[in-house]
Amino acid sequence: MADLNKLTIAAARDALRKGDVTSAELTEACLTEIEGAGALGAFVHHTPEAARAQAEAADKRIKAGDAPDMCGIPLGIKDLFCTKGVPSQAASNILKGFKPEYESTVTSQLFDAGAVMLGKLNMDEFAMGSSNETSAYGNAVNPWRRAGDAAALTPGGSSGGSASAVAADLCLAATGTDTGGSIRQPAAFTGITGIKPTYGRVSRWGIIAFASSLDQAGPMTKDVRDAAIMLEAMCGHDPKDSTSAELAVPNFEAMLTGDIRGKKIGIPREYRMDGMPEEIETLWAEGTEMLKAAGAEIVDISLPHTKYALPTYYVIAPAEASSNLARYDGVRYGHRASLAAGDGITEMYEKTRAEGFGHEVQRRVMVGTYVLSAGFYDAYYNRARKVRTLIKRDFEEVFAQGIDAILTPATPSAAFGLGEMSEADPIAMYLNDVFTVTVNLAGLPGIALPTGTNAQGLPLGLQLIGRPWEEGDLLNTAYALEQAAGFVAKPQKWW
Amino acid sequence: MSIDKDTAAKVAKLARIRVEAGELPALAAEFNAVLGFIEQLSEVDVEGVEPMVSVTPMRLKRRVDAVTDGGQQAAVLANAPDAREGFFAVPKVVE
Repeated sequence: MADLNKLTIAAARDALRKGDVTSAELTEACLTEIEGAGALGAFVHHTPEAARAQAEAADKRIKAGDAPDMCGIPLGIKDLFCTKGVPSQAASNILKGFKPEYESTVTSQLFDAGAVMLGKLNMDEFAMGSSNETSAYGNAVNPWRRAGDAAALTPGGSSGGSASAVAADLCLAATGTDTGGSIRQPAAFTGITGIKPTYGRVSRWGIIAFASSLDQAGPMTKDVRDAAIMLEAMCGHDPKDSTSAELAVPNFEAMLTGDIRGKKIGIPREYRMDGMPEEIETLWAEGTEMLKAAGAEIVDISLPHTKYALPTYYVIAPAEASSNLARYDGVRYGHRASLAAGDGITEMYEKTRAEGFGHEVQRRVMVGTYVLSAGFYDAYYNRARKVRTLIKRDFEEVFAQGIDAILTPATPSAAFGLGEMSEADPIAMYLNDVFTVTVNLAGLPGIALPTGTNAQGLPLGLQLIGRPWEEGDLLNTAYALEQAAGFVAKPQKWW
Repeated sequence: MSIDKDTAAKVAKLARIRVEAGELPALAAEFNAVLGFIEQLSEVDVEGVEPMVSVTPMRLKRRVDAVTDGGQQAAVLANAPDAREGFFAVPKVVE
């Protein structure tokens, strides 16, 4: 078989079971691609030897007839996941050299199912960013380019390395995490599929924390079927995460019938933003038509607090981050600043954190510190938590009206150029998450998938938002949309 | 509400991040941009609304109050920048 690295999980699984290919061959094909793709900056820690050993073990299991779906599938793992004995530094200098003594629940589950880890993937520092430009490793680069233009584009963020690696076929799929859109925005920028499950569906244990009430991990894959397969392997109750839901995990793949007749799809009027590019409007209208043609009923809905989602997020996420990142003190792990004579413990903390955290992380930690400080806690943090209640209530009300899923654009634009936003104020960058952040605040599942390209040939994605715990139904609606859109474009290889 | 450089210095101190005096005005300006954006929340009517505690309705689980793990001193210290004689070492804390 040729181009093994380009296979989907489903195709590789079927070929492995038939004996047409081995995991060792799949893994070798991916390792070769990764070696030639340094210009993408996607893989930041390479683990070829461990990958070969995992592939060999997977081949034995497959031969013995004991092969879960993910057995033998080569994956990339976002640097935010703690992987035992392998550098896990959240793309931050403050965790330079950190090699966890334990394995995150998600990676344990994937490895128990026989999956192969090729290495760790680039990301924004502590998952704070929308362009992968805050990484201590340097930029990850989008494999897509504008037609006739060699300018390097962002793969989005924070899971930029994951998106770049999957879009460029360096691996069959990758893990991502999503706090305000960090799976769905990069998926949309690179023409791949990414799902953020319901809060509590996937264990957060061993994933370096950013904003604990918003963080969820999910798969980033080449299509919806792969998202269903890999999500199932990542889900499940974990006693080590007190917010992990004690719910059975359905067979998501078996729910992909493509039949959405009679489903009610909501189109929220507040997501029609002023100044939204026409190509996004068109994409959204086309997606709406596709779902209608597939037999769904289209309903205009209202989510009145939408405009307050970003400001709410930029209180709650920094507040939680300032608390979570307090642990980086130069004592237990990672970087410690070299101290001058007479420096005490306070100087050690202050110098270590100034040297170890990048600019965006410092800014968010300090904004979080401010909104939690005495005198401002009620005005900012408590008010934001109340508005969050209202944002969630908006969704509850439309679901109570019988809406099954909500269709929106995934991003306000196609991928932009690296460095293009560097002069803009931070708010302009934050606007990237305008369509995705509501979903994290309400704890809902959301999926982004490619449905078209813009005039410059760049992929554009739509987002579907589902009811809590109904990822299976959501994936099925996405599957119907995927079939109708028939998106097959791939980036031209330049790297 | 506008943040001046003294407030910026206070916040940096609370966050235990060293910021050089020369950088404080720029930092204060960044805070003001972000806080100006957040300010929109003051126009929302939140009268009688409960602040969200948990995004999915769930009770925190309990378990038996018993030791479930331990005896891993070497693993705990393995990543420390300075570990000595089985302890984390830090600069002098008490005079």
